[in-house]
Amino acid sequence: MGNRCAVIGVGQTRYTTKRRDVSMAGLVREAALRALEDAGLTFKDIDAVVIGKAPDLFEGVMMPEAYLADALGAAGKPMMRVHTAGSVGGSTALAGASLVQGGVHERVLVVAYEKQSESNATWALSTHLPFSASLVVGAGGYFAPHIRDYIRRSGAPGHIGTLVAVKDRRNALKNPYAHLKIPGIDRKMVESTPMLWEPIRYLETCPSSDGACAMVLAAESAVTGTPAWLHGTAMRSEPIFRAGRDTVSPRAGIDCAADVYRQAGITDPRRQIDVAEVYVPFSWYEPMWLENLGFAAEGEGWKLTESGATALDGDIPWNASGGVLSSNPIGASGLIRFAEAAQQVRGLAGDHQVDGARTALGHAYGGGAQFFAMWIVARERP
Amino acid sequence: MREVAIVAFAQTRHTSHDTGLSEPELIRPVIEEVKERTGLSRFGFTCSGSCDYLAGAPFSFVSALDALGAWPPISESHVEMDGAWALYEAWVRLQHGDIDSALVYGFGKSSLGDLRTIATLQLDPYYLAPLGLDLLSLAALQAAAVGAERKELDDIVRRSRADGRANPYALDLPDPDPDSDPGGDHAVRPLLTTDVPPVTDGAAAVVLATGDLARRLCPNPAYVRGIAHRIEPHYPGMRDLAHSASAADAARAAGVGEGPVEVAELHAQFPHEEIILRRALDLREDTGVNPSGGPLAANPVMATGLIRIGEAARPILDGSARRTVGHAAGGPCLQHNLVTVLEA
Repeated sequence: MGNRCAVIGVGQTRYTTKRRDVSMAGLVREAALRALEDAGLTFKDIDAVVIGKAPDLFEGVMMPEAYLADALGAAGKPMMRVHTAGSVGGSTALAGASLVQGGVHERVLVVAYEKQSESNATWALSTHLPFSASLVVGAGGYFAPHIRDYIRRSGAPGHIGTLVAVKDRRNALKNPYAHLKIPGIDRKMVESTPMLWEPIRYLETCPSSDGACAMVLAAESAVTGTPAWLHGTAMRSEPIFRAGRDTVSPRAGIDCAADVYRQAGITDPRRQIDVAEVYVPFSWYEPMWLENLGFAAEGEGWKLTESGATALDGDIPWNASGGVLSSNPIGASGLIRFAEAAQQVRGLAGDHQVDGARTALGHAYGGGAQFFAMWIVARERP
Repeated sequence: MREVAIVAFAQTRHTSHDTGLSEPELIRPVIEEVKERTGLSRFGFTCSGSCDYLAGAPFSFVSALDALGAWPPISESHVEMDGAWALYEAWVRLQHGDIDSALVYGFGKSSLGDLRTIATLQLDPYYLAPLGLDLLSLAALQAAAVGAERKELDDIVRRSRADGRANPYALDLPDPDPDSDPGGDHAVRPLLTTDVPPVTDGAAAVVLATGDLARRLCPNPAYVRGIAHRIEPHYPGMRDLAHSASAADAARAAGVGEGPVEVAELHAQFPHEEIILRRALDLREDTGVNPSGGPLAANPVMATGLIRIGEAARPILDGSARRTVGHAAGGPCLQHNLVTVLEA
């Protein structure tokens, strides 16, 4: 994976339904300035900027990096724009890290954002003929059948999704940046909300958020402050229309995890990883990804969730930040996972810090559960 | 930096209209062609460039994976930029040292919409887009700032179209005929309609390989001696439109001036852009500019820049040149420029 690379600064905006007080440029700049402040740097110290968001149709700005170059201090520098569907935040971190790992730059600013209040995500995500013969509306409509198949295959009891929805929202109460704060949330409250896409209820789905996240990545010689070291980076993609591909536990996810674990020397993810920030936009994706990522055997993921192992006080906390279920500026959601994983091993996660976290997984997925991006970060230098 | 070379380049026979092919159908033949030419069926990394707004639907790159036959799953990424930046990302990835090949492709069907209007959506959505500035108005602003002689511009168009007619992949466009309309037919003053690049559908693919593999795959690899890109402020009013500081910076960083340049393929969509870029890259009189015909003879948006790099590699791959330059641009009025120097 090339030269050593570390996260030395993280900046997030407080995620919320509508940020009327800032433009898109103001939003990304807010996150970027916080990341620079965290690293003790200014725009002058940055060699290149990598920005991610997806898709452009959300806010109606085509290839917005052209417009955002000024706000991100990119004028006179190289700037890249990544788009890999829902995994874009993760891919953006990896494209930025690649510039350091490849020895091209010393310090790279990576930023991802979405301003969903200036868009209509559900309709922008409902592709039409000739691109898709699908009759579903929105991402939930697409993923619900995959979840139903998971339940059928694993025999998971119906309340597992509810447990994830409650756990992640309770975690969100400890995260100052989280969007959804629902004090007193419990199973009964989640089960009383309307069914959107069987079996996904209203409180089992992610919100629509405005927000941006930024990170400063540095080569070993350019590290300032508290680093989170990259121990593994990987991405995998598979075709959406391939007959016979397993959409419940996609091969690309399995292969991507195997690659990133190999680089980081991880053979038993449940024991060796202290905390995981995993892209769970619908509650049931926690047990599904527990299996896909090798934290549980096939058909056993829901048991791990049910046992409380993935809670903040469990032996393998998943989404201590509240996850995508609590904050979802779509283009940034993957980068937030990667950034929160870094914050945990830097010991800077605040009230949702997992005690003694030394190794963390950041994960993002996108498209028809076909694009995967992951990294392993740790407190120690590789 | 690790030695990386272009070992294969393929492009579609570009068309001026929608031939009914879907994007995966457009891409598949060029992917097959570079696979066949290199004998490689798997690559260490794959990266592509495209733009959802051309098709007017999100995720147009997603179905492209079906054209690749990406199974077992591949290590892959995508830029919402011209395919030239996908090549840059792949070149960076090859610097890590753990893989030795990469597949890069770019594609676009500008026939599906009105590019002139769509390009307005790339502007600052609060202060610029509402003014309704379209692609041609912005280009006209820049053309006015350059203030080139009409004859110089006409010569560029005539040369580009003639070269395009000789290039089986470019469009067959007639010579402009100033005699039939001495005042010229203006698109937006001072741009003539013949200054405007043609609507084009097309795709291109490139295979990159590192040192040893490159020499095994290809008798004359085109080595990437330098590659760099720079962006400028977005607002046209904050730039000197008659010059391209970002192209000049990128050219310096890529080392264009460190030797003679036999061929330069420039992503000049309008004749005045060629004048700006020649100056920015400090090209000498004897450098052949856009012998392929350039974007004025075929402009499959999102592949046009990658094709410039491929066309710059071509004379090295066939042994007829030793040092060439490929250039790609993005954003309104050449806001973003990428320059690569290729050597035998």
